[in-house]
Amino acid sequence: MINWEEALRVRALTRGLLGVAGFLVVWELFGRSGLVRSEFLPPPSVVAVELVKLLGDEAFLRDVIATVLALLIAVGLSAGIAVPLGLVLGSVASVRHATRAVVEFLRPIPSVAMIPLAIVVLGIGPETKITLAVYAAIWPILFNTIYALDELDPLLVETARAFGTGRARVLVSVALPSALPFVLTGIRLAATTSLVVVVSVELLEGGSGGLGEFIAIARSGAGRMDIVLAGTVVAGVIGYLLNEGLERAQRRWVGWSSVTGGRS
Amino acid sequence: MTAMLEVADLGHTYQAKDGAHTAIADLSFTVGTGELVCVVGPSGCGKSTLLRTISGLIRPTRGEVSLHGNEVRGVPEDLAVVFQDYSRSLFPWLSVQKNVEFPLRRTLGRSQRRERAAEALEWVGLSGAGRKYPWQLSGGMQQRVAIARALAYRPALLLMDEPFASVDAQTRFELEDLLLKVRTEQDTTVLVVTHDIDESVYLGDRVLVLSTSPASVVADLKVDLPAERDQISTRESEAFVALRAEVARLLNVGKTSEEVKARRKENEQQAAKWAEAERAEVSRVEAEDRATT
Repeated sequence: MINWEEALRVRALTRGLLGVAGFLVVWELFGRSGLVRSEFLPPPSVVAVELVKLLGDEAFLRDVIATVLALLIAVGLSAGIAVPLGLVLGSVASVRHATRAVVEFLRPIPSVAMIPLAIVVLGIGPETKITLAVYAAIWPILFNTIYALDELDPLLVETARAFGTGRARVLVSVALPSALPFVLTGIRLAATTSLVVVVSVELLEGGSGGLGEFIAIARSGAGRMDIVLAGTVVAGVIGYLLNEGLERAQRRWVGWSSVTGGRS
Repeated sequence: MTAMLEVADLGHTYQAKDGAHTAIADLSFTVGTGELVCVVGPSGCGKSTLLRTISGLIRPTRGEVSLHGNEVRGVPEDLAVVFQDYSRSLFPWLSVQKNVEFPLRRTLGRSQRRERAAEALEWVGLSGAGRKYPWQLSGGMQQRVAIARALAYRPALLLMDEPFASVDAQTRFELEDLLLKVRTEQDTTVLVVTHDIDESVYLGDRVLVLSTSPASVVADLKVDLPAERDQISTRESEAFVALRAEVARLLNVGKTSEEVKARRKENEQQAAKWAEAERAEVSRVEAEDRATT
């Protein structure tokens, strides 16, 4: 018997790999065509050699770990702040109205623009990039949580209330689980944003280590674009893996939801 | 027979922005312990409002509801509700078993909860489905889960709001018989709100006929049919046919005068507004509950 689900997954994977291969071929041809000097845009074959060398390099690995750690801490912190805050703002209209002006003012400020301020206040170190990443990551989680509470089915709440469930309990055992699909989507968006901010801060303000600083150094002195690109590829892989991991968690935990497409 | 539920001079008026709407006026009736009473009325007559005041979700503006002698203020401890819309009333993130356990969370330990839920699922013929999720079941099965959840709670009074209005005709017959079976077995007191005349006669020991909005009791009919009912023979019995005709006459079905038609149309147009007023009311009561506790 053919396992259709398995067959579909294999087909999706094959297509994905073909896409990646196609991209690499175009890049390789372009890099070797002479249209751009190969020092500026080295072809993937050259970058790959450099990447393999780097993966055995302890200093580089330490930088990667620094970035990943900062990223994970930032995502954890922002979820820890934004989910409870979103539950409060989403369920108490008066608090939401009172804070709307402040939220709408703070939200559009790009966190990269706050780098100078953060450095003056926090100095140069992991706390600076984590703080800025948290600042950027809070919003998608916060807004998704509030939105999810708006979407909360009143009949679910009424059902719980009719069985004598108190308001606080309704929040925890009805509102939160029902919001979870949206919250997880918010966290997934936040993770990508965090990666961008962490690497940007490292790149612009050295001193705290990390992949961004590694890229900045490789570019500045010898202008080794092959090393720069190898670092960039690693950053991309980190982002991809994080997103994939969270997507998996989403499918596993909230497969019941139509938001994640698990519900038929 | 002692009264399980007593509704006395109940009235409720919603305050909307553009005036007030009286959904129910001067409703009085009782439901005896172990009885199954059906409330039937034209659509938009205030049946849902009645149900919400009995379940303590909204506070009536006039009159009183008491459950085994205690006035209802806030949601009573031993009352369970089955809503029409099973797909929105079961928690989609919980398995069938956990859904049935939900109301028992506060009062019972884990193993006891599990036992009760399993037992209730057996009553409704869903023993094997505990680990499934509601959305993996058919509509009729989902409503069985909702009934099992209500029964597992061992309520003094089981309220049902148009419980079988969203399933197909055959499933509806099945569920009606299921309700009759479990209520005899478990000796539950049940109040069913419905707009289906046949259903009210088929299920009830008594049928309360309500007027158009503002709702009041037009007739309180005793259903003189044998306790054992059968979808085919009961429905073709003379007593059944006579009774359903009487209810239909009381509801003015068929020979609708222009005046009634106009009023009905107006009711329908205003239904959305009342629904909104009702939601506002529910949150207002909740806010007050918070302030007082």
